[in-house]
Amino acid sequence: MTRITLENLAHSYQPKPSHDDDWALKPMNLTWEDGGAYALLGASGCGKSTLLNIISGLLVPSSGRVLFNDRDVTGLPTAERNIAQVFQFPVVYDTMSVRENLAFPLKNRGMPADQIAARVDEVARMIGMTAMLDHRARRLTADSKQKISLGRGMVRQDVNAILFDEPLTVIDPHMKWELRTQLKDLHRRFGHTMIYVTHDQTEALTFADQVVVMHDGRVVQSGTPQALFDAPEHTFVGYFIGSPGMNLLDAHVDGTTAHIAGAQIGLAHGYAPLSGKVQLGIRPEFLRLGSGTQGLPFTIHRIEDVGHHRIIRGKVGDADINVILPEAQEIPADASRVVPDPGRAHIYVDDWRVDPSARERAA
Amino acid sequence: MAAVAESKGRGSTIIMVLYLLFLMLPIYWLLNMSLKTNNEILGAFSLWPKNPTLANYRTILTDPSWYMGYVNSLTYVVMNTAISITVALPAAYAFSRYRFLGDKHLFFWLLTNRMAPAAVFALPFFQLYSSIGLFDTHIAVALAHCLFNVPLAVWILEGFMSGVPREIDETAYIDGYSFPRFFVRIFMPLIASGIGVAAFFCFMFSWVELLLSRTLTSVDAKPIAATMTRTVSASGLDWGVLAAAGMLTIIPGALVIWFVRNYIAKGFALGRV
Amino acid sequence: MDKPVNNRAWFLVLPVLLLVAFSAVLPLMTVVNYSVQDTFGGNQFFWAGLDWFEEVLESDRIRAALGRQILFSAIILAIEIPLGIFVALNMPKRGIWASFCLVLMALPLLIPWNVVGTIWQVFGRVDIGLLGHTLKQLGINYNYVNDAVDAWITVIVMDVWHWTSLVALLCYAGLQSIPDAYYQAARIDQASRWKVFRYIELPKMQGVLLIAVLLRFMDSFMIYTEPFVVTGGGPGNATTFLSIDLVKMAVGQFDLGPAAAFSLIYFLVILLISFVFYTVMTKEAK
Repeated sequence: MTRITLENLAHSYQPKPSHDDDWALKPMNLTWEDGGAYALLGASGCGKSTLLNIISGLLVPSSGRVLFNDRDVTGLPTAERNIAQVFQFPVVYDTMSVRENLAFPLKNRGMPADQIAARVDEVARMIGMTAMLDHRARRLTADSKQKISLGRGMVRQDVNAILFDEPLTVIDPHMKWELRTQLKDLHRRFGHTMIYVTHDQTEALTFADQVVVMHDGRVVQSGTPQALFDAPEHTFVGYFIGSPGMNLLDAHVDGTTAHIAGAQIGLAHGYAPLSGKVQLGIRPEFLRLGSGTQGLPFTIHRIEDVGHHRIIRGKVGDADINVILPEAQEIPADASRVVPDPGRAHIYVDDWRVDPSARERAA
Repeated sequence: MAAVAESKGRGSTIIMVLYLLFLMLPIYWLLNMSLKTNNEILGAFSLWPKNPTLANYRTILTDPSWYMGYVNSLTYVVMNTAISITVALPAAYAFSRYRFLGDKHLFFWLLTNRMAPAAVFALPFFQLYSSIGLFDTHIAVALAHCLFNVPLAVWILEGFMSGVPREIDETAYIDGYSFPRFFVRIFMPLIASGIGVAAFFCFMFSWVELLLSRTLTSVDAKPIAATMTRTVSASGLDWGVLAAAGMLTIIPGALVIWFVRNYIAKGFALGRV
Repeated sequence: MDKPVNNRAWFLVLPVLLLVAFSAVLPLMTVVNYSVQDTFGGNQFFWAGLDWFEEVLESDRIRAALGRQILFSAIILAIEIPLGIFVALNMPKRGIWASFCLVLMALPLLIPWNVVGTIWQVFGRVDIGLLGHTLKQLGINYNYVNDAVDAWITVIVMDVWHWTSLVALLCYAGLQSIPDAYYQAARIDQASRWKVFRYIELPKMQGVLLIAVLLRFMDSFMIYTEPFVVTGGGPGNATTFLSIDLVKMAVGQFDLGPAAAFSLIYFLVILLISFVFYTVMTKEAK
């Protein structure tokens, strides 16, 4: 079992990167602990697949090192890294039966036939394909094919890590849930280090103990789902996680007061003078509707009922603001203000969160 | 992924260079000969022309009985391509969109015509076109070549058309397009690359064919390929002119390839991959 | 995808039908007509029944030509299909070098067939051809005009030169359709190069290979112009393939009856063998 460390890792597809945008991955340091279930979350094109391919050895990074435990594997080919990977679209060997597909990685490594047979049976049971072992892979549905891919990823017990590259894209919604639960279950039973790439926050948050959010070739935050929700380190994390995402309001901060759209609200902490683009971030869950002169001036545009709660969409000044209202709560007839929960508001300078105590950062 | 492509190493490059060399060497030799005088060809053996001359090309391009061969060939090739594509388009659409009585048999029967040896048809064609007064006309050759080009065009176009979702047709009808207007304005642009590929193949097979085109012509529509046999004269073969004429027949093909080079890979799979 | 039934689609097929009927059915009927009649010159024909078919089937000359034809097609397929696959596997995947290879490879396909013959006729000549001259310099006794084996080798090498690119381009198109993930998965599964070929590339090429085998079989079985220009069917009858024999018979000797019977048998043989290839190769896919 393996801890994976990325040291000053960076990658560019251009031979001579000059501009900042030429880098698909900007320099990063990151550690994936042994036996962790990680999600690598980000919009498409943010570099998450590049990162995954570097870990699996399909790509050699432009600079930096990849360590498995303390061993440098940066230049090592895929086969020698002993990892498994499941791809976005099912990769099955069409002409083989399901059984041969599952046995393929073991056979190539020269495992004795009886052990292979035992292992294949076990994996087939895990993915629920025991009955279909002797079917040709060609005619199976996309669901089943992807299950075979998952099974092939799982069939080797000694792998250093299993990497998943958006494995549930082609799967029906109800099957997604089932497969994700199975994966989680497998992780608990075998304790492999798993890295799961996805652009779907629900998948990431339900699968992983630790979510790594990437944006524009950078890791912007790594933490538990709860941490990402409570204290997004970057406006992208705030916006990307949560539905709807975090509200951002241009603000001028003066000590413990924020001036927004001509109104003032109190903050839970004091801030040193800030320069750059200053924004106040607050999740829709922590706003409530009010009236009179409290909070910020708010005009309601639309109300959406999504079942267990309602989303109120409106504006504060020019900024779009969403408020989440629990189902039971009534909308006051004279609602013209929104009131943030001061303890849940964060201040961002140039998209990065400012810690009230860390005054140097603001400067 | 870049890494996979890179794994094709130097070995592949060497193999490709050798293969291309094998392909180009005979053509180079023809070019080499076309730039020599007859005396030089028959005299000292040399890998390149010592005194390059364009005299052979001048002979061809100034003599109507030579260059009309090119005009004739290009005329019937273009006619054939136009006819083949025009009739194949609606038929391919029918095969790709509908089932109808006998459709599978019809499709198969069409394809069997691609398997008909030209030698089998040479004589009957001669008699057929003579009897209706079309012997030695461009249209006769163009029609004769339809024998193998129409099935091929239908086959290729059907492959490309099946790749276009049927929802597009339905949307267009709902929007009030009539069938002809939909077909020309919406559908044909969608399969433009398929039409290009089909035209390429029609051009190719019509251009390279000689047996039928020679059988069906004598003077007025004689193709360049047949004209080439003229180089045999009392004084023996005029190798230089023969080589120059050969080189000139390669040029139209090379031009056509250049235009469709980006579709060649898909085109050769007949749109079915 | 279930296509809707619509018999009015016949109207769309009608132009093709009329055209092909005119250029295939009419001539074919003439052939059938000739094949069962005899003539003593003029326009007088007599019912000859199946006599011509018997004559053709019992003719040693035609049997020999058929044997040569089958041998030729078998050799052509045995060389061009593997070689084409091999070349396709080594072609660059993308970039200018790939376009360059594509264009050069397609070039022989667009040369008129008699010019192909001329090119090789010249290329192989001992006095003025690069190939013949070089072989002579190397002390190899090579003469495609007088030596049957040399003639065969020349015709085969010419066909390989002419048509291998078609197979390669078809296979290349098949290979291009394989997503990169397959190769990546194979590397992760530690599949050897051979296994990548056997389990990924070959299955994905199956469709195009069927087209390649059929086209190469049909066209090599119908070959006429190229060997005719190079060897004229000689030395002796060594390279007289079916089409050459047929044209000799029909146009040279004007033996219309036997030629027509020969034509029909010839056509049927091609259909039959193509059908066998098609059935065998699609059955394997299932």
